[in-house]
Amino acid sequence: MSVVLVPRSSALAAFRQRMDAVTIRIGVLLLVAWLFIIIALPLWALLSKGFENSSGAFVGLDNFVTYFSTPTLFNSVFNSFWVALLATAIVIPLAFGYAYALTRSCMPFKGLFYAIALLPLFAPSLLSAISLIYLFGNQGVLKTLLFGHTIYGPLGIVIAQVFYCFPHALIILMTALALADARLYEVADALGTKPSRVFRTVTLPGAKYGLVNAAFVVFTLVITDFGIAKVIGGQFNVLATDAYKQVVGQQNFSMGAVVGMILLVPAVVAFAIDRVVQRRQVALLSARAVPLQPKQQGLRDAAMTAYVACLAVLIIGVLGTAVWASFIVYWPYNLALTLKNYDFGTFDAAGWSPYFNSIKMAALTALIGTATIFTGAYLVEKTRANSIGRSIAHLLAMLPVAVPGLVLGLGYVFFFNAKWNPLNIFYGTMLVLVVNSIAHFYTVAHITALTALKQIDPEFESVSASLKVSIWRTFRRVTVPICMPAIFDIAIYMFVNALTTVSAVIFLYSPSTKLASVAIVHMDEAGFTAGAAAMATLILVTALAAKLLHLALNRLFFFRAQAWRTR
Amino acid sequence: MNRFINAAVICLAVLAGLVTPAASQKTQLNIYTSLENDQLAPFKSAIEAAVPGVEVLWTRDSTGVITARFLAEKDNPRADMVLGHAATALLVFEKAGLLETYKPAGVDALKPVFRDSNEPYTWTGMDAYLGVICFNTAEAGKDKIKAPTSWQDVIKPEFKGKVVMPHPASSGTGYLMVGGWLQMMGEDAGWKFMDALHENIAVYTHSGSAPCVQAAKGERIAGIALDMRGASEKTKGAPLDVIIPSEGTGWEMEAFGIVKGTKNLELAKKVADWAATKAANELYSKTYAVVAMPGIVNYPPNYPATAEKQMIKNDFGWMAENRERILKEWSRRYEAKAAPK
Repeated sequence: MSVVLVPRSSALAAFRQRMDAVTIRIGVLLLVAWLFIIIALPLWALLSKGFENSSGAFVGLDNFVTYFSTPTLFNSVFNSFWVALLATAIVIPLAFGYAYALTRSCMPFKGLFYAIALLPLFAPSLLSAISLIYLFGNQGVLKTLLFGHTIYGPLGIVIAQVFYCFPHALIILMTALALADARLYEVADALGTKPSRVFRTVTLPGAKYGLVNAAFVVFTLVITDFGIAKVIGGQFNVLATDAYKQVVGQQNFSMGAVVGMILLVPAVVAFAIDRVVQRRQVALLSARAVPLQPKQQGLRDAAMTAYVACLAVLIIGVLGTAVWASFIVYWPYNLALTLKNYDFGTFDAAGWSPYFNSIKMAALTALIGTATIFTGAYLVEKTRANSIGRSIAHLLAMLPVAVPGLVLGLGYVFFFNAKWNPLNIFYGTMLVLVVNSIAHFYTVAHITALTALKQIDPEFESVSASLKVSIWRTFRRVTVPICMPAIFDIAIYMFVNALTTVSAVIFLYSPSTKLASVAIVHMDEAGFTAGAAAMATLILVTALAAKLLHLALNRLFFFRAQAWRTR
Repeated sequence: MNRFINAAVICLAVLAGLVTPAASQKTQLNIYTSLENDQLAPFKSAIEAAVPGVEVLWTRDSTGVITARFLAEKDNPRADMVLGHAATALLVFEKAGLLETYKPAGVDALKPVFRDSNEPYTWTGMDAYLGVICFNTAEAGKDKIKAPTSWQDVIKPEFKGKVVMPHPASSGTGYLMVGGWLQMMGEDAGWKFMDALHENIAVYTHSGSAPCVQAAKGERIAGIALDMRGASEKTKGAPLDVIIPSEGTGWEMEAFGIVKGTKNLELAKKVADWAATKAANELYSKTYAVVAMPGIVNYPPNYPATAEKQMIKNDFGWMAENRERILKEWSRRYEAKAAPK
């Protein structure tokens, strides 16, 4: 019987392998096409306007010449740079200290403090701007702390950005500091090296890549964000508000596109430097490394706890102010408490529906985004076909982090609403919002998926090939289950960001798909600051609930499935 | 494999559900607007009662965002009508050939300034809103500052760093104020006034509504902006006076027009006819003091009663033609050295 079967099954296996080769090729092509549609073409649809005049005729570099010969506009480049540099210079040491305390000391309540530090991630950025105005504005309770300086301007931008970027930097630095070879510290100890020298020669070099990476992420975040600069920046011009002025204030899309392109430059440079540093990074952890376990040191641990607690109190204070404001009748003249601000129907005909739209949109973004991004990352990392296609896909996946939402959103209008584009039937639907959010947050999710995939030995694919199992079966039965924690991380990341994003979707929502984040902006502009704070509080609570659910799921299902990770 | 097919079918079903508009007997009319949020519901029910068979869908945002969005979509317009949107923006749309030629029935009964003066006729005014000073009496009392009655009062030294106005390059309201001063004082005196005003300005905000909101919350003593927000903040309980300076003031008009190429032209025409009726004007007058139809006067609570007389003769054509020049000059004077104070 086996004599009969073997040739047939091997024929089947050979057929399967050919099919695999074909499906992978098709898969890579589909991935590249998808990324072109959701990232490259919409971007180009807007950026190409930088070379046109207002009636659409090609004018070469005229707009750029105008831009650089206008001192006010050019001044914004300088302003953007120094604000971003200053914010980065403040955030990185702060976050480094926090991460160091959480990873290298024996302080208590590490989980709690980590969770508190991540809170700003779960709130719409307008929430912190509202808080800062309530705290440090001209009517602010803590106004005197500014010693006569005004919060409206570079000072406010830097403070708000530090608050907003802190968790981003912290996550990266935690990863960088979590792994260390204890043997280096033991040797240093044995040689009687001073702690400061150990810090300089062992700890810092070990975290070098994380530091550089975090610095670039923060820098890019600050330079492309326009929400904070718009609300609290006063007349201090930065690139992102210039783009807003050109596009929304004067409907000058050509100049808007020029500013959009200039915004891309620092991010692309950062990306290039990042790649170089990454290439130089050698594995710090060899197979023989001994994981560092922090030892108890009373004084140091106490100091660390005090430092972390201070920052945690600040974070809770800032967010708490806005949450408190959402229950107040009329700041600052009537501080009575009320639930009225949560009756959104009185401020906005749409009532509560934007909130449910947002949840639907975020859930779909998480679902579709996670599936496509993870599969895409698998094709890029684990297959060997069509290397040009895979590099293009990777490059496109890395691009969105550098694109301000305003630029991406307008690009979507120009591309998805074009007459010639058969996809224009999707324009104005929830689907465009979902796709736009997937594109907007593609990069970090892509990197997360790649990192998880890189940890899996490529032997799995070789073994499945020699066992004549379809690569897709391996993907489904081995890769996806192993990477489940990362997949859930991606899903929660997409969900939370889709809940809070404003700048891209403000051009894309339609009457039936108005989102909570847009409603927050509208209520704030209409003077219903308390209503805006209330909706932002709801979003914060929802995002937190999703995160808690994620943690619970992790505990319940993956604790055992992931048991192989520990010895 | 079956599971995959099932999953695929479910996915397709979900996607189909996402893109299919809800079925309804009524014809949906997509109207772009920058009306205030709380006006949307009464306007919708009034239109739907007056024009049977129509269902109004609002796409509402600030004037700048709606204008930018409408222009970005111009190759394939999504709106059937624009209603309750700044007339200066409709002039831009008209110039770009994006509006349908239609003169609503009964338009001749409206005040002449509220009618499109250029042929072909494309847009009609609804109501006017005026540039005002939102003055916080509670905070002013603390600093012993008297309420201004003239624009010249706002440039007095006691207002230093306590006045806000919208940035004219970010906000149509800001440009309206600048254009208003230049028209009513003349260019030389207008710029001189703004030079002095600049010394008192704390911040040029990016949102046209922010100045009155900030004044209402006591962040500033005086906010220079359009009236509607000031009156509504006062109604909500802010210690605010809405002041129209004695010299008169710049103003903007809300208007409507039909989008060229709409698939629902007949229905849109009916809505346009309604928007020029007495009933519609009475609805406008619930929130605006000055409306297109003569004889309808209903000053909303907390609204200055002298409003209509103080509207300057506003040349919207001049405002549009000179916009680039004025903004450039403004930027040269007040932005080039806009270093942080």
